[in-house]
Amino acid sequence: LYEDQAGLTDWHQRYIGKVKHAVFHTQKTGRKRVIVSTEENVVASLDLRHGEIFWRHVLGTKDAIDGVGIALGKYVITLSSEGSTLRAWNLPDGQMVWETSLHTAQHSKSLLSVPINLKVDKDYPITVFGGGYLHAVSAIDGEVLWKKDFTAEGFEVQRVLQAPGSSIIYVLGFLHSSEAVVYQIDSKSGEVVAQKSTVFPGGFSGEISSVSSDKVVVLDSTRSILVTIGFIDGDISFQKTPISDLVEDSGTAEILSPLLSNMLAVKVNKRTIFVNVGDKGKLEVVDSLSDETAMSDSLPVADDQEAFASVHHEGSRIHLMVKLVNDLNNVLLRETIQMDQNRGRVHKVFMNNYIRTDRSNGFRALIVMEDHSLLLLQQGAIVWSREEGLASVTDVTTAELPLEKDGVSVAKVEHTLFEWLKGHVLKLKGSLLLASPEDVVAIQDLRVKSSGKNKLTRDHNGFRKLILALTRAGKLFALHTGDGRIVWSMLLNSPSQSQSCERPNGVSLYQWQVPHHHAMDENPSVLVVGKCGSDSSAPGVLSFVDVYTGKEISSSDIGHSVVQVMPLPITDSKEQRLHLIADTVGHVHLYPKTSEALSIFQREFQNVYWYTVEADDGIIRGHVMKGSCSGETADEYCFTTRELWTVVFPSESEKIISTLTRKPNEVVHTQAKVNTDQDLLYKYVSRNLLFVATVSPKGAGEIGSVTPEESSLVVYLIDTITGRILHRLSHQGCQGPVHAVFSENWVVYHYFNLRAHKYEVTVVEIYDQSRAENKNVWKLILGKHNLTAPITSYSRPEVFTKSQSYFFAQSVKTIAVTSTAKGITSKQLLIGTIGDQILALDKRFVDPRRTLNPSQAEKEEGIIPLTDTLPIIPQAYVTHSHKVEGLRGIVTAPSKLESTTHVFAYGVDLFYTRLAPSKTYDSLTDDFSYALLLITIVALVAAIYITWVLSEKKELSEKWR
Amino acid sequence: FQSDELLVDDDEFGLEGAKPRSTDLYTSSSSSPQQQQQTPTIRRRYSDPTDLDSKVQFTLEHAFGDSDFSPAGTFSARLKTWSHGGKTLTKLRFSRNDFSAEEKDAFKNLLKGDDFYRIRLPSNVVSPPGREFVIASVRARCLPRDGLDEHFIIHMEGANILAVSYGSPGACQYPRQLKLPAKWSFNSHTILKSSEQAPRTPIFTEEILGSENVEGEVEPPPERSFWAKYWMYLIPLGLVVMNAVTQASNMAEEPAGGQAGGAQVQPAARRR
Repeated sequence: LYEDQAGLTDWHQRYIGKVKHAVFHTQKTGRKRVIVSTEENVVASLDLRHGEIFWRHVLGTKDAIDGVGIALGKYVITLSSEGSTLRAWNLPDGQMVWETSLHTAQHSKSLLSVPINLKVDKDYPITVFGGGYLHAVSAIDGEVLWKKDFTAEGFEVQRVLQAPGSSIIYVLGFLHSSEAVVYQIDSKSGEVVAQKSTVFPGGFSGEISSVSSDKVVVLDSTRSILVTIGFIDGDISFQKTPISDLVEDSGTAEILSPLLSNMLAVKVNKRTIFVNVGDKGKLEVVDSLSDETAMSDSLPVADDQEAFASVHHEGSRIHLMVKLVNDLNNVLLRETIQMDQNRGRVHKVFMNNYIRTDRSNGFRALIVMEDHSLLLLQQGAIVWSREEGLASVTDVTTAELPLEKDGVSVAKVEHTLFEWLKGHVLKLKGSLLLASPEDVVAIQDLRVKSSGKNKLTRDHNGFRKLILALTRAGKLFALHTGDGRIVWSMLLNSPSQSQSCERPNGVSLYQWQVPHHHAMDENPSVLVVGKCGSDSSAPGVLSFVDVYTGKEISSSDIGHSVVQVMPLPITDSKEQRLHLIADTVGHVHLYPKTSEALSIFQREFQNVYWYTVEADDGIIRGHVMKGSCSGETADEYCFTTRELWTVVFPSESEKIISTLTRKPNEVVHTQAKVNTDQDLLYKYVSRNLLFVATVSPKGAGEIGSVTPEESSLVVYLIDTITGRILHRLSHQGCQGPVHAVFSENWVVYHYFNLRAHKYEVTVVEIYDQSRAENKNVWKLILGKHNLTAPITSYSRPEVFTKSQSYFFAQSVKTIAVTSTAKGITSKQLLIGTIGDQILALDKRFVDPRRTLNPSQAEKEEGIIPLTDTLPIIPQAYVTHSHKVEGLRGIVTAPSKLESTTHVFAYGVDLFYTRLAPSKTYDSLTDDFSYALLLITIVALVAAIYITWVLSEKKELSEKWR
Repeated sequence: FQSDELLVDDDEFGLEGAKPRSTDLYTSSSSSPQQQQQTPTIRRRYSDPTDLDSKVQFTLEHAFGDSDFSPAGTFSARLKTWSHGGKTLTKLRFSRNDFSAEEKDAFKNLLKGDDFYRIRLPSNVVSPPGREFVIASVRARCLPRDGLDEHFIIHMEGANILAVSYGSPGACQYPRQLKLPAKWSFNSHTILKSSEQAPRTPIFTEEILGSENVEGEVEPPPERSFWAKYWMYLIPLGLVVMNAVTQASNMAEEPAGGQAGGAQVQPAARRR
């Protein structure tokens, strides 16, 4: 990868994830930013005008953000890791100012209280509760001013309240969920000034709402009584109000999360009621909404009033209303916005106010939708939107674009003739090395903005494709490989609109129907497997989506759980692929549920095997089909299985940490490998191999948590038809995690060597010796070989392996391998490193035939001399200057050109590029200058004509002499 | 009945506390007398009071298709307990029960239906059955040859059986043909297998500079050759040079042509 190649075929998109907290920048000038924290552990600053990312930090996977605030008007304060890490980031550019580790002793919820500074010059401390301790931290430098231990007494802090301008902090907490305790603490020194406690016999639930600086409302443990706790001057008083006094037919209640001043929002029987909290704790219902509503916290507006925003749905429109808290009939703003129904319902609202040009109050709302997208609403319009669901991609597949049809024009007019000529003149200058630096920049711009790569039809090279990405929110996106634009998106729906399942989670994505014989008539479709709920026995949902249009063809509740989805290598006459779905009770269900599919499956019944890995128990089982199910809910598409083989790992010495299989649709170009001494090796290219990595139970923790004598890593290659262990290799003194890739007849895996204190990579290649007699040329000529005999797993496997190990300098998140249409091109490992970048490593570097002194024949074949370390070449980074933050997976797909492969990486960010591991040997490069070729031909033709004319003239003159 | 006995004694290596490194403990019975003769001498030399030697037996069970498992044979082996607590199984012997009349009928049904013949072993030989039974199976039609040929590879980890590779000693053709066995006796081959040790990563402390040179050599991009750089200039230049040479050749021929013309004029004058 060279400088002029970066950015040509690749694109990179930055996301932040589903927003959890949002704090608007309240500085006087402009108020152009909003600080957000997300469920992907991202803290970011967004531009309010366009929605772009000013700066962004992705914290670690275990560093979940608990709270966000702005201190001193210039520091973004984040609390993470359950209240154990407090950080300050510079508001303009996101640089970390200070970081403080807070002492935590136990698991508890955490609270962050950043005071709103009325006087900028004074330093009010930040108070943090987490892990049983209350800390006061200086906002200037992160110093811990004082620390109060609450661990010994079982005390759980619920609220930390401080009246504006007061130096007393009220700490309200519950002791064993039944006793309310209020501490008065001096905010300067941390000393307890006073302490009061009162027992509430019924006990409290954890739901609480602070309605003022000296009053909170909590819900009791039966969720039927609202208790107002007031602590004026430290005296605790309870005021109980049964919810049945407020609403008729009350079920269990839920206090909603917005913080409204002197107002409480309670959800009862799917209705939202607003309760005014009067003096002395008197509760009074002032309003009621019947729809599901999302609300924001209240915000101070002019004249000592507070307002809040509420959003509710009506068909495909949403209504945004801003009301005063103490006078709900006073509606400051009412807007109706047309909303794309593929976004689902509104999940969260964050409100901000600004001054309009006519000096009146204006309001804008930041909205988090059900599909995790983020929108800014202002003046009745969607100002910008961000598809943050793409930060949590769970499964990826690729699909082709539609073919071009006659009469259907999908491309706009690309260029004017003048632009075309100008482009070619620039290319001509570049080829003749006459280009100035400005011309070089212009040429590069032309290449990057090539208009052909964004068409919505198939090209002959297979470079234009759709990438189908399924997100955790249950939304399916189709991204174009040209520039990553969203072609269409679809949110999964529950088919029956049942009570128990409103929105299924996206689980996995499969190719369902890829028409070849009917490519002009039918559109391809994919199968999306969803799940209602998060436990393993939750029922599954199937959805079939048209790939070209993004419309849902059909969907169904399948009525059983989904443990494993197995595509079969069989299709029916409509080219729909047969799938088997295994559930938790051990039954297997056939899809599609048609009689044709059933008859096809019955013919192949005896040849269907599958296996399960019970990693917690350390057992791998193989199964075969047995017969139809019996029972009231069973139909003819349900089958029982029986157990064929088991592999039992001893629980005291081996724990399964990784399993991997080959890609089922991988193409192996040749099964034979010619050695340097002209010997022949046959690859063992069975698709039924399973790679298993186990580690000692002590070594299953973090790297370095055991000594080398206590830990060992064992890897297996198991045939999944018969359960035979073909290969078993143990690495003494090694530890996981193991990241592996399996291709053709080799597997490459990455682990840690405790003795050498380095990461290692090992390659294992497996060859078939049962065909070793077929090396005689005469046997091949006369047909006396057995190469065309069918292969069966029940023959005795005669395999031998070669393996080699190398040190590797980086930690690895994921490994993939390039794949091309016919498997001719040499392969590259795509190693996703800990720095969230992708390193392309030639397979020749992980060849077990490497020796210290290769012979001349080996050098000619391309065998690299053996070194103890795999090289990390900076130009080999596929992601060049980008980072795919939070990298989780790499997907490769072949294009039609044999030299080229598509590479797509997803994490919090998305990245796409095309790779040619053996260079583009089957096409002209894109900087080929057609203009120069044409000019050369024209010049040669002109020269030929001129010389012919001269020759004729000379010949005529000669004849006249 | 023929049984290939495993008669390997790890004592001959004499490595205290070390795990056995050999991956294949198979040997033929012809060498067993020599082994037995050598064993007392080696044992006398390296014996350790803390090492325990005991015999264990565990049962092979079989099932015909979906039937219940029933005893089919007995494995016996010597269990060696090392001082550090590790266990190793050696000297595996196997005796298989003959098929009863009912079992012969059941096996014939398996052959006709191309069904599975399943076996199982305990996953812990010291305290059978361990956590789970280790199960293996094969299509029944793969076993009959002259007699019933079977091949066991038992993968061990200490006193635990991880897996059994069970099947025919040779190839099993597909599609499988129905063939009744001529004899109803078993030819059993058994092998104990342990884990291979991975090769060590080579550490070239002497050639750190060499390694760096290798990395350095890979880094510079390959130089484009002179022709690859300048072909667009050289080819037209070559054409021009060839043309000039042709023109010069034409110029040199002109005086000769002129003289020839002059010669033709002179004969006409002579005729006059």
